[in-house]
Order: sequence, then C-alpha cells, then structure tokens
Amino acid sequence: MASIGKIARRSFLVGSIAVAGGVGFGVWKIRQPVANPLNPPEGVALNPFLILDDSGVTLVLGRAEMGQGAHTTLAAMLAEELDLDWASVKVTHGPADAAYYNTVLAEAGLPMPDYSLQGWRLAVAEGMGAASKLMGLQITGGSTSARDGYAHLRHAGASAREVLKRAAAERLGTTPDSLRTEAGAVIARDGTRIPYQDLAEAAARLPAPQVEPRDPSEWKLLGRALPAPSSWDKVTGRAGYGVDVRLPGMVFASPRLGPVLGFGTPVYDFTAARAVPGVMDIVTIPEGAVVIARNSWAAMEGAKAIAVDWGPIPGPATTEAMFAGIEAAFDGRRNSRMRNDGDVEAALSGEGGIAAEYRLPFLAHSTMEPMNATALYQDGRLQLWAGNQTPRVQAQKAAEALGLSEADVSVNTVLLGGGFGRRLEADFSVIAARVAQTMPGTPVQVVWSREEDMTHDFYRPAIIARMRGRVSEGRAVAFDGKIAGPSVMAQAGPRMLGVPVAGPDKALVEGAFDQPYAIPNYRVEGYVADLPVPLGFWRSVAASHNGFIHESFMDELAHAAGRDPLEFRLELMRPESEVAAHVLETAGRVSGWGGPRVPGVGRGLAFTWSFGTPVAQVIEVVDENGRIRIARAWIVCDPGRALDPGIVQAQMESGLIYGLSAAVMGEITFADGEVEQKNFPDYDALRISAVPRIETVILERQTRMGGVGEPGTPPAAAALANALFDLTGQRARELPLNKTFDFVL
Amino acid sequence: MAFTLTINGVRRETDAPGDTPLLWVLRDELGMTGTKFGCGVASCGACTVHVGGEAVRSCQVAVADVWDEVTTIEGIGDPAAPHPLQAAWVRHQVPQCGYCQSGQIMQAAALLAETPLPTDAQIDDWMAGNLCRCGSYSRIRAAIHDAARDMTGA
Repeated sequence: MASIGKIARRSFLVGSIAVAGGVGFGVWKIRQPVANPLNPPEGVALNPFLILDDSGVTLVLGRAEMGQGAHTTLAAMLAEELDLDWASVKVTHGPADAAYYNTVLAEAGLPMPDYSLQGWRLAVAEGMGAASKLMGLQITGGSTSARDGYAHLRHAGASAREVLKRAAAERLGTTPDSLRTEAGAVIARDGTRIPYQDLAEAAARLPAPQVEPRDPSEWKLLGRALPAPSSWDKVTGRAGYGVDVRLPGMVFASPRLGPVLGFGTPVYDFTAARAVPGVMDIVTIPEGAVVIARNSWAAMEGAKAIAVDWGPIPGPATTEAMFAGIEAAFDGRRNSRMRNDGDVEAALSGEGGIAAEYRLPFLAHSTMEPMNATALYQDGRLQLWAGNQTPRVQAQKAAEALGLSEADVSVNTVLLGGGFGRRLEADFSVIAARVAQTMPGTPVQVVWSREEDMTHDFYRPAIIARMRGRVSEGRAVAFDGKIAGPSVMAQAGPRMLGVPVAGPDKALVEGAFDQPYAIPNYRVEGYVADLPVPLGFWRSVAASHNGFIHESFMDELAHAAGRDPLEFRLELMRPESEVAAHVLETAGRVSGWGGPRVPGVGRGLAFTWSFGTPVAQVIEVVDENGRIRIARAWIVCDPGRALDPGIVQAQMESGLIYGLSAAVMGEITFADGEVEQKNFPDYDALRISAVPRIETVILERQTRMGGVGEPGTPPAAAALANALFDLTGQRARELPLNKTFDFVL
Repeated sequence: MAFTLTINGVRRETDAPGDTPLLWVLRDELGMTGTKFGCGVASCGACTVHVGGEAVRSCQVAVADVWDEVTTIEGIGDPAAPHPLQAAWVRHQVPQCGYCQSGQIMQAAALLAETPLPTDAQIDDWMAGNLCRCGSYSRIRAAIHDAARDMTGA
C-alpha cells in the first residue's frame, strides 16, 4: 500500500493548494487519536465534542454557526448516537485546536471533477482528508461541515455512549448490553436511571471503545427537519454575536482603514476626531487609525472625522484599468487547462460556430453583521472573541501581529452574523489584537462601520470569459472556455496558511471545467491576472462566476442549435452522469418546463455541480409594464443524504437569493484607488418584495454526500439571464443585470 | 445632562450626549444588545425598535429626541411568554444567521398592530426596508401570516 504520506504529498502538489509540499507524513501519525483540547473547570470532557457537568451535556463543535445550520446538524449527529433529548441540547463553539480538523475540505484540492470521484480517485481524496488532520485545518467553509462531521461526530457520539454504558455497568454490577440509553441517561432493565453526568468521571477513566454509528434506519433525529438549538435566542435578542460581547471594563473602538489597494505613509490630523464627544483616544496601527471611545458610535464618528492623506496608492486605481489588466491576462501564460477532451481547435472549424465574451464584476460579501472583534491583552497573552470561520488562523495571525506564539492566544468563537467566506479572514481579529496590545488589561471591542466593512473586504474577483463553441445537427460538438481573472488562491494561500501556492489554480475554473456534459471536444482554461485587489472566498468561490459563464453559453449553444435548452443539456448529460440528468429532468418536470408559451413571461434554466451537489434552477420572469419581476423559481438538488431537509431547503433558497442579489445589482468598482460603494444604498441586495416564490425539491439518489451551503448560488445568475433572454431576446453577457434591465424591486 | 427613557416599561437613565443615536444608547450605554447595528443609515432595518408603538430605525433617532416609550426585542416576549411573532418565527425556523431577525420581528409587530391580517403585497411593502442577507424571506412571510392568524383567531 502506498503510504498516505506519499499520496498526500503528491495530491497537494498536483492540486491547487501546495500547502503540504515537502512534508512527509507517516501512517502512524494519522492513526494517532487526537488530543482532547477541552479542560473544563468543572465537569468532564469525554472527547473534544462533549462536556458533562452538573448542568448536563454540552456539545462542543469545531465549526462556526453562521446561519448555515452547522450547529443543528452537527449537534444532531452527536445527539443521535448519544440519545439526547433534542429540546434540551446545549451547543457551544469549540476552541481553536487541531482536534477540530476538517477532513473533507482537503479533498477539494483535487484537479478533477467532483462528479467523477470513484475508485482510485476516491481513495486519493480520502488520503487528502488524512493529510488535513495533520495540518489541523479547522475551517468552516467549502460546504463541508456536515460531510466532515458525518464521520467524526457520529463515531465520537457512539463511542461516548458505549463508554458511559460501561461505567454504568460497573456501578450496577451488570453488563453493558443489559443497559440502554435514553434522554441523556443510562437506563437499567429494572428502570434505574443514571444521568450521563453522574457517570462522567468513571467513564473518563475507561478506554473509549471504537463503535460503529447506527444505521440510518434507526435514526430518530437525523433525516428530519429539527429546530435549531439557537432559535429562541435568535428571536428574543439573546443570541450573542461578536458585536454583543460585553466584558467588564470594556471600551469601544472603530477603525479608519487605509485604502484597500494599499497606501503610502499616512499623514493624520486627529484634531477634529479628538473633539468628537465621547472619544477617549486614537491609536495608529499599520492598517490605519483606530478611535477608542465610550461607545461604538462615538468611535465611528471620530474615525469619520480623521483627516488623512494616505500617500500614493499603488495602481491600477480604477475599475477600467483593472479590467484592462484582466484582458491582458489572455495574452499571458496559461495557468491551467483542467479539461481538454477531444480536439477543440479542429472541432471549432466549420459552420455553426459562435463566440461570446462575458464580464463579471468584483463583489463584496456584505454580511449583515459588520466586521468586528473583541480583544484583551494581559501578561503577554491575548484573548479574542470573534465570529469567525477559522479559529486557528485567527490565533496564528493575531500572534504573528503581536509577536506572540499561537499558544499564547485563545480564541472564543461566537455566533456569526453572516459569513459567506468573509470571516475566513483574520483581519478583524488582527486589528482588535493590535489595539488591545496598546492597553494591557483593558478589553476593547473594535466594530467597523458599514462603510469600512464594505470598502475593506476581500472581494470576489472580477472575471472576463471568452467562449467559443460549435453546434452541428442540433448538438454541441465543441465547447471552449477561457476564463481570466485575478487568483484568490495565490493571495489566500500565503495570507491564511503562510505557504505559497503553486501550479494550476483550480479555484479559478471550478464550476466550468468540472461540469457533467459529454461534449466530445471540451476545453476549459484559466488565465491569471495580477491585480492588487484583496480577494477572498465569496460563497461558492469560482462557481459563483463560472456558473453564470458556463450555463449562459450552454444556452447560447442551445439557441444556436435551435434546440430547447433543457433537452439540449439532457442529451449531453445522460451519458456523463445519471445523477445530474435526474436533477435536471426533475427540475423540468416540477417547473412545467416546455409548456405553452405565455405572453409576457420568460423562463430560463441553469445547472451547476459544485461542492459535491448537483443543482438545477428554473427562473420565471414576468413583464410588468416594461419592468421585470423575478416571479418564480424552482430548485432541484441532490445532496445524496439530506441530514436535515429543513436546513437543506433553507440553504438552497439562501444560495439562490444570494446569487440573484449579486446578479441583479451586485458590483464593486474602484476610483482613485478606493472602493466606490460605501453602504447598502450603493451595494444593496434583494429585499422581500423582489425575491421570487421558490419551490425546492430535494433528491437523495447520489451515493456520496454533497454540501448545501454554497451549491445553490452558482446557477442563479445564469438561470435569470437565460429567462431574460427568453422574455426579451436580449442576451445579457455582463453583470450586474440592472445595467441592462429594469427590475421590479 | 442625563436623559431618562422608558424602555420595555423600565425607566433607564443615560448620560450619553444628546445626539447619540438610540441604537447605541441601547447597545453600548445600557447593555441591551438585542437591537442590532447593520448600516447606520436606515437602509437595513436591523436596528428597528418601537417608539410609542411605531417602528423606527433606532440608528436615526437621537436619544434627546426620543418622544415616547421605547420597546425593543427584549421587551416584546420571552420563551416563557413569547409574542405570537416570536413563536411563529420558531415554528417556521425563520432565522438563519439571525442577525437581522430582531429588526424583522419588531417591524412585523408594528405591521400586525396596524393591519391584523396583511396580504402578501402588504407584507412585502411593509417589510422591504428590512434586509436579510441569508434570504430568509419566504419563511418571514409565512411566519407573519401564521402569527396574524394566531392573533386574530382567523
């Protein structure tokens, strides 16, 4: 057997993230049990996910709850095996620790379509997961939480249940198999009931057995729509987000950050800022200046009142110059060619060829809760409180900024008022840490104004795609996509993981090279532009732009072939993936696709397989006196196993609306080196009055499990643009669509 | 000069400057963090509270100008005795990240006080100032209808 070390090393080098280059791993290390980071002051932590104390059972989760339902589904995995009473389940975020490694995330680095993972490819993917354990990647992202937890947490729960039964058996002088568990207690045949917490200390002294989790046919919690443990907190104002952290003696602060593209040596004038009532102090840090005040508003007013000359801003400083830089990338060296079936050049010659260019803008994440963190620096140690998707990265980056070691930083993850990839970054923690270091012993909460948040994001890249294709006898014979844009991975690898990224950037071409269509001549290439814009992981990453590009062009090909867009796609899909074809067929059926045309109504569809889950969407638009209403939408997905159908539906709708918001009105532009959009009036999203009525169908035919947080986003823009073409005959090749169409909002 | 406010039926004092928005007096001066900061320019609705029963954006009301009793999300109900909207919000599992939901519920409560059985169009019109980036809108609409039926016995 090839060692996992070899597999891991090779995989990382061929993949887009060369994070493990040069490091050899031994099998022994992967098989080692992880150390338990929990050391509760009272009670017992049976494993990294479980604390038993006088108040009962607390489930400790290494993934962030940001609205995607991780704390519901992951808690249900533990509760299912432990036989906990769902209504009394308590959940908390775990610390920053390698014990909460994400196995599934590392699989995403493989340079092959997800839908084709089987046999040896699947074995390699699993080897990658083992490597991620060694790297301690504790990341909530990539739509992986449920897939990752499915293995770890059910086993952890089953093992804890059995060891609690053994402890009870010893106490009662009987055998474990004469005992059962129910509602957080071990029950003997005579009805004796021992709550888990009463067995915790004895159980902790016993070896934890390896136990297979229960068969899905026995499930009482998983597979059902469960109420989120945080529901009541969230409707009564008690839920604690980052901005809600309140510590004794805490002061408030707000930053004025330098232009996001970079700046020279700032020259500040704090006269007006210091005159703002409530302002206590101003500190300068490498990122800008931070005003400390009696409340956040005084701090924000102070920050606004700072007069500053930032010095020279590195170019290109306008949107036009950046797009020129992206255009130039087509003439540079090719970064990737992750699909190259047949002979595209030969197949493109002849009649029936079409070409099109698509353009997509930079986008902001625009979470509801602006960026913030709270920090306390004392005796050479730092405590952080922040809603974040990467606890270890927060600790590492803050430690680096303050000259501490990672072990000197503790991270308290609190609820996230939206993540969407923005809170994978650690800039907000670093800034709070720097301010805290100037005032040892005083906790400080640094809350960004919406304006600072929007103008200092890590943006979804702007993209230009040049597409060519040819149809013959009603079928696609050639599909050629060249996708150019700045690289998220080239920035994020060094920034977040401290390692350079080498080789082809899969995260530029996902959602385009990996789609299940049997086009005989099929090629997708990536071209990387070098731009100074900070880039980040925006919900569904590359699939967020490539879903639009690929599926708009598929529609153009169908139109050129004189074919129905659904039938045209299905023909190409059936030989490649039965799962995908079934999703698309179902979308056609539930939406009544192909019915009689209604004047003033247009329909479009799109399909993207991303993050392990195929999703088809149909959108219906209606002409209302010259303005366009996005009236209805149908979503069909196949995540394999819907662990919580309520959450799957909510995430699919959420993903669609996030994608539609960007498609209709999302655009970040630059002038004089600064972001022009400052607040929701300039960078809005769909409101309740503008969203379609949505029907969602969840299929469970796929044998692997897919993600649900992101796959709803990629098809949205294309489904809408294709519907607009159906209604108006006008093909929208540039986003946002409100440049071309007038929507009812 | 100190200001005295009645918040959720309780008299509270603050010595914050008079132009400090009610939002920040609630959150940072009085420690009532249920009301959320989203934009500071009255365009997202996360900070919605009631002043004299009227839904207002607390980021735009200076503490010196508060003209009547203030009700916040903490004051309209708790798990033991919830407002019908809070109960409906849980039944429909409306919240995702949940950050906007205090404002959504306060805005919806003012709607039902005026329009006991709103239509979809009335809901859309009334709630369009409240942004939700998670896209929980279809459940918000369903929960408002549900609570409206609950409150009117319809």
